[in-house]
This record gives sequence, C-alpha cells and structure tokens, in this order.
Amino acid sequence: MTVAIVGVGYTDVRSTTPDVSFKESMFEAAVKAYEDAGVNPRKDIGSFITAAEDYYEGYSIFDEFVPDQLGAVLRPVCTVGGDGLLGLITGAMQIETGVFDVVAVEAHSKASDILTLENIMTFAFDPVYNRAFDAHPFFVAGLEMRRFMHETKTSREQCAEVVVKNRRNAIDNPAAVYPAKITVDDVLNSEVIAEPLTRSDVSQMADGTYVIVLASEKKAKKLSDKPIWMKGLGWCSDTPWLESREWGSTVYTHLAKERAYKMAGITNPRKQIDFAEVDDWFSYKELQHIAALGLCEKRKAGKLLQKGSFNRDGQTPVNVSGGRFGVGNLLEASALQSVLECVLQLRSEAGKRQIKDATTAVAQSWRGVPTGTGCVAVLSNEL
Amino acid sequence: MVKKRVAVIGAGITLFRRRLQETGKELSHYAVEMALDSAEMTRDDIESVVMGTAPDAFDGIHMKAENLLDGAGGARKPYTRVFVGGGTGVFAPIGGWWHVASGLFDTCLVVAEEKMSPCYPHPQTAFRTIWDPIITRPLEPNLVWIFALEMQRYMQIHNIPKEHIAAIAVKNKGNALDHPSAQLAAKITVQDVLDSEVMVWPVQRLDISPPSDGAAAMILASEDVARKYTDDPVWLDGVGWSLDSAYWTNRDLYFPEYVATAARMAYKMAKIHNPRKEISLAEPYDPFDYKEAHHTEGLLLADKGGAPKLTVEGQTFRDGDQPICPSGGLLGVGNPIAAAGLMKCCECFWQLRNEAGKRQVPKAETAVAQAWGDLMQIGTVTVFRR
Amino acid sequence: MSEKFKEFPGTPLSSRDIKSGKVLTFKWRPNAKYAWTVGIAYGRFLEELKNGRIIGRKCRECSRVLVPPRMFCEQCFRPTDEWVFVKNTGRINTFSLSYLDADARRIKTPIPVAVIDLDGASPGIGILHKLGNVDPKRIHIGMRVRAVWKPAKQREGSITDIKYWEPI
Repeated sequence: MTVAIVGVGYTDVRSTTPDVSFKESMFEAAVKAYEDAGVNPRKDIGSFITAAEDYYEGYSIFDEFVPDQLGAVLRPVCTVGGDGLLGLITGAMQIETGVFDVVAVEAHSKASDILTLENIMTFAFDPVYNRAFDAHPFFVAGLEMRRFMHETKTSREQCAEVVVKNRRNAIDNPAAVYPAKITVDDVLNSEVIAEPLTRSDVSQMADGTYVIVLASEKKAKKLSDKPIWMKGLGWCSDTPWLESREWGSTVYTHLAKERAYKMAGITNPRKQIDFAEVDDWFSYKELQHIAALGLCEKRKAGKLLQKGSFNRDGQTPVNVSGGRFGVGNLLEASALQSVLECVLQLRSEAGKRQIKDATTAVAQSWRGVPTGTGCVAVLSNEL
Repeated sequence: MVKKRVAVIGAGITLFRRRLQETGKELSHYAVEMALDSAEMTRDDIESVVMGTAPDAFDGIHMKAENLLDGAGGARKPYTRVFVGGGTGVFAPIGGWWHVASGLFDTCLVVAEEKMSPCYPHPQTAFRTIWDPIITRPLEPNLVWIFALEMQRYMQIHNIPKEHIAAIAVKNKGNALDHPSAQLAAKITVQDVLDSEVMVWPVQRLDISPPSDGAAAMILASEDVARKYTDDPVWLDGVGWSLDSAYWTNRDLYFPEYVATAARMAYKMAKIHNPRKEISLAEPYDPFDYKEAHHTEGLLLADKGGAPKLTVEGQTFRDGDQPICPSGGLLGVGNPIAAAGLMKCCECFWQLRNEAGKRQVPKAETAVAQAWGDLMQIGTVTVFRR
Repeated sequence: MSEKFKEFPGTPLSSRDIKSGKVLTFKWRPNAKYAWTVGIAYGRFLEELKNGRIIGRKCRECSRVLVPPRMFCEQCFRPTDEWVFVKNTGRINTFSLSYLDADARRIKTPIPVAVIDLDGASPGIGILHKLGNVDPKRIHIGMRVRAVWKPAKQREGSITDIKYWEPI
C-alpha cells in the first residue's frame, strides 16, 4: 500500500452552525484541502467520495447533493454508507487499482439540523426484535458497558477518567468545542441515562466538515514535502444481532486491527505505535478500543489510563485532539477528525499539543449504536 | 493500467415481486447462497463484501446496510455499503471491482438488495424525501414528475413519436417472459401502452417499471484465484461512473451526459474503441421505456435521438444486430432498485457464459450494463468480456 | 443459469395477505425531524421571494447567472461574485401533467408542472414550479410565462410564495 494523505481541509467545529448550509461548509473545507494539496479539483482529482447516511442528513439519496461544492460535477463521485475512515480506505483502494492518482474524501456532521437524533438512532435498530422497548437507544451502550466492566474488572472511575483526560486534552486544541477541566466526580454525579452510563459518559454533538486529499506514491512525492502514508488499513463489521455479540470486547476492532497491522508490519503495537486517535463516543468505548488495538493488555486499559499511560506525555498518547468528548461528536465525520489529528501530529503542525518525534500513528473508528462496525488505519510520515 | 484483472465467477438472483414474504436479510442470503453454489464456493472463501442498496426509507431502517450485513454474508468481514441512488445496482460490482483490482483482496462478494414493500402507504412516499427540502419539497413533487419532464424534453428535441418509445416497453416485457424471476412479463402491443392510464403525462402505466422486492448477488475474484474455481470466467474489464450537478433544472435533460462520461471511462479502461461494433449486447437501465433509449444514446450505442428507431426496426431484439435488455429489463423483470441494477450485470455474466437459456443472445463476446439514478444525475457503467 | 438453477427463492404475497393478517407485520412510524439550515445562498433567495423578487448569483469567471443561487460556481470551482435579480418571467423548458399526488394516489385534476428558464439568468438556467391559469392542451415547450405571487402579507419566504406561473 503506497497511498498518502497530501491535503487536509476542515471547517471550525461548532456546537451549532445556523449561518451556513452543509453545502457551504463543504465548499469551505474542500477549498482548504485542495489548497493544502496544491490541486485543482476540476483537473487533477480523479474521484470523490463522501461518507454519509441519509437519516443523518434528512435526505433520501444524500449522494445527489454533494458534487457541486466539491468541484466534482461530471466526475466519478460516490457515497459510502460508513464513517469517514471507510471513505478514506475506499479512496486508497481506488488509487491502488492504478486508475486514479488523486482522490478526495469528504465527511461532515450537521447534527444541529437533526431535531430527533435519538429517534433516528432507534430507527437503526432491527425493527422486529429491538425497536419495541421504547427505551433510549443508549440502553445498548449501558448493556455493553456493564459487561465490559464485569469482564475486565474496570471501574466506573476508570471510565470517567477517559472523559476527564479527553476534555482536558481539548484545551490545547483550538478546533475543539468542549474543552474543560472536570473531575471524575463530575462525571459520576451526572444524571444516569442507562445504568451504568451517565450523561457525562456520552460525548456531545457538534457540527464540522472535513475533506482529505489522497494521492498515489508518485503523485504524493510531487505534491507534498510532508506526505502522510497510509501503511495499513482494516475494517470489519461484527454481527448486527445484539443478542449474540461479544459485549466485553470489540470484535470489529480486533479483526480490523489484525488486517491493518499485518499490512503495516506492526508486530508490537505498544512499541511501534507512537500515538492513537480512537473512537470515544462513550467513555468506556475508548478503553475497549485501546485494548483491542493491542496498546495494552486486555484487562488493563482502565488501570493504565488512570495511571496516565495514555496522557499526552504518557507511553502511548490517546486522543490528544480531545476526541469526541473534547472536540465534539461529529457522527460519521469524527473518524476524519481522528485522521486529521494524526496528520497534523505527523507533520509536526499540532502546535501546543505536539507530540515529539512521532512517526507512526493509528486511527480507529466506530459507527455508534447499534452497529458493530469500525475501521483501523496505520499512518506514518515514513514511507 | 489496472493493477489486477477482475473476474466474475458466480451469480445468483431471487424472484422479483411487488411483495415478498422474506425480509431483506433473507432475500440477500438466498441470492448469496445461489451465487456461492454456482461458483462452488463457501462463505469462508469470501474475503470481502460489498452491499448495494438504495434509500433506507424503503426498508424503514436507518443505516440499513448494517442491519442487512449478516444476510449478505458480511459478518466479521470487511464490509462496505456503496450508494449512488438508482445507480447503485451497477455500482455495487464497481465497488467490488476496486476491492479486487487494488490487489487488497482476492475475492469479493457483491450483494444488492431492495425491499420496497414495507414503505407505506406506497414506496413512492419514500421518494418525497429525495428532493431539496428548501426549494423543491414544498411543491410536493412526485418522483414521476422529473421523468415526465425529461421524457417530454427528449421527445420534443428529437421529435420522437410516443409509439416508438412504447415499442421498447413491448420488447422488454416480452423478453421477460423467458426470465424466471420476472414480475411483469407480458405479451403486449404498442396500442396497449398508448391506451394505458396516464400517470404523469407523457408517462403512462405501461411506460413504467413497478416497485419490487428482490435481491441479487455476484462473486468477483482476481485472475489467479478465478482460475482455481472456473475455466470459464467472465472479465469485468471496464468500469465508469460520473455524477452531474444537483441543480438539475440548470441542465438540459435531453441527453444524459453523465452516462456518456461514465461510458467513456469504462470503454477506455476496457480498450473499446468502437462500442457499436464491439459490444455484443447491452443492458441499459430501463425504469421507463424512454430511459432505455436515452441511456442507449448515453452509452454511445446510438446517435442522439436515434435509439427508439432501433427497436422499431427490430435491431435491439435478441436476434437483432444490437440486442438491448435481453433480460427483459426493469420494465419486464421488475425494479427492486439496487437489485435490478445488479440483475443487469448478472444477465451480462450469464449471457457471456452461454448460460442464459431461452434468453441467450448469439455470439455474445462483450456486454455492457448501466444504471442511473439520483436526480437524473449519475451514470454507472460496467463492461464485461468473455 | 437456466440449467443450473432449478428454483428461484422468494414467497410472493398479495396486499390481502397482509391486510387479512395471514402474514404478521410490525408497524413503525419513524420520528425523523429536521430543521435544515438554509445557509447564505438559499437564505437570501427565500428572503427575496418574500419581497416578491427572484435573485441569483453570478460567477464572473464563466459569466453565468445561477438560479437557485449558490455561493460557489460548480464549473469553475470558485466563489460566486455578486447577487443579481432576474425577471419574473421565463420560458417553458419542459413540462408535464401529473395525475398522481406525492404518495402516488390518483387525482382528478392533473397538476401542470414545468421547468422554467428564467429571463435574466443564463440560458438553460431554470427552476421547477407549477403552472396555473392555463389550458393544459395549450402548454408547450417555449411558452412564455410569468410568476403569479401570493399577496405580500401571505408570503413567508418559501418557494410557494410564487403560487404558480401563467402564460403571458
């Protein structure tokens, strides 16, 4: 795999964006990304990909409304029903076929347009088996959290530390919406949503748009002095049946990671991976994902996080950007927020939150309840 | 130019009907089983899965591909949903193509499913939400409006009589009599089409394909792996896709430029220089009879405005010079949106393998399948070779 | 195919099978509600509709006047440059008569609809709308039409502030 990220563009992340339409936000992010990559979309970009789902947009066939503001009219354009990282992986595969030199990938959140987000999440549940409970859709997270804590002997406090760390990290990220200095008690004392999950264990929604430009090896070397190479890619979907999931672990991350690490030649992730941006839709998810990525022993994620191993100055910094908790939950676009952070860090452009001497990073995503679907990408500034 | 040559080694299809008892998962599963059986493979031989399925609003499930994935054989595998509206059915094998052509996977299972019947009061209701909510939805449009507007423009610019367009519906519904999955196979006449009830002028009942439930599946493999399973692979040698502007009222609808752009891309990849001579049969997308003609022109298989005449003269029949929609198309076999597009690709596969039975076109060497969708906006094209 | 496959799976049902309860169904009405941000371009467009005017955006590079307006030119991929009012009149690009409502139910009096190329916008730049005050048999491509507005007090900043378009 010799595909590189050669351009990134993004809007401010905000809790709400009543002033601009999603098209206008996409235009802004696209202009910035193409400028960063030094490409003209009308001439240089071979294919365009959007990661989106109809019900997050309030349109059927959202694909219809994407080409104009990306400079993609009468070009190969498609939508993948997945998160931004799946879009990026799709773009990398398209380049690897040898047919395209440059591909652009877009994902965004306009969560503030959605008035009934919880109801839409419930609408993703199996109609016959799982919809009739009339419970908040995060009951699934409550079930998973309980089983995970039980199997790994992880404490509530350890889960809460994830929120404390990520919101603290966000203080140094100018793009973040929810930076804060809070305590474990603040998290534990917030209202219960689905025992043991509290309101503060859930990341808050935000709006933001990302465009990333990919290029083949040959083209990347021409376009960029700091190409970030996509060394390993993996993605996987676990069974959709809630009733037969392995709640304690995240099978999708395990399987996706195996593929990505194999491709990237990662045999000892704790040594070879300098930092990680993982999905943290819920507090406990970050711990699950850290363990599944092999960044610690299976049951130790909570304990090590508490000790500071995943802090910015720890052994393997995790979510230095602030993640969904600190930056804001951007639905399918959070995965590209993770990729963006990896790119900025690996280019040494992360400002106050720069990690020293980082060469290899992993970005990992999850699509939220009720799915068992996620991606893993290993990124490096060395070919 | 393409890193790895991609072969088709198996295909399967369910019945297409207005309502089927099976769920979307079950339909997907049946189509996949048929495809695997036909290639003498099991799910363990499958390394990746691509799902094509049109709006969630039909099945009534947000992120419906997540729900369908176990039926499609995608559990615990790399699984991707690709989505380009009505163009999705032919786009799904294009998605499969990049999985294999990139060298990342040796096999990819491509599944397309549509379960339109759950949407009440009518599948049409789902189409209420495909429009721009700010400037179009307040007018309460019906999906057929835009086709009627396009058909009108096409007929007027080229001065095409309705009879010539109706001949396409007659041909396809007749062809479908030989398709075992067909929903609306019938022996009808041009007069029947012209006498059928007006829906949105100039679109009449028999000009239009029905809403349907159904699924189809196809197995792709890299060249070396394909040879292990079959001596008779069909090659997916060209793919193309192109999306035009969302502002469709700012475009001249008389010619589908997006199909032409996609076709040029696919032909270039497949090294086809003279499509009219080199392509033995075509399966252009025909949710409406005029659409087959419109798309035949987009595929550069006829002059602009010249396609309807080919059918009137009989050239597009199975025994003609340029067979078009030998399957019976969406007009005859039915239109479970994404599954209908993949049905066209399956037809190319069976034709090129000489397995199309009564529908067999003589001397089939190269076939093209095409679908279209979004707001009269996307063209998806695949070129198959034996 | 025909030789290899003996059976084609699927169990057809009629609507009667469902209504009579022969097969069971699970009913669910999604609660999916949105408040779409109109943004800069549509925001001004809707405001001007309220004022009884139609506004577009011009791209200086390709010199096109675009309606509905957008802040970017999709051909040149650059920001559009200025607001331009276009006329209340235009020419029918294509038309239809709909005997179906939005849920595909039949209606007695067909709705005439058209794409109308606007005077003052670039050639081929049109909008979708309804026709009114016209004999359906007389409608033709190229017919000149003008917008019929709702009374100013009833306008609310919507595409339906134009009631319909009538022949000139």
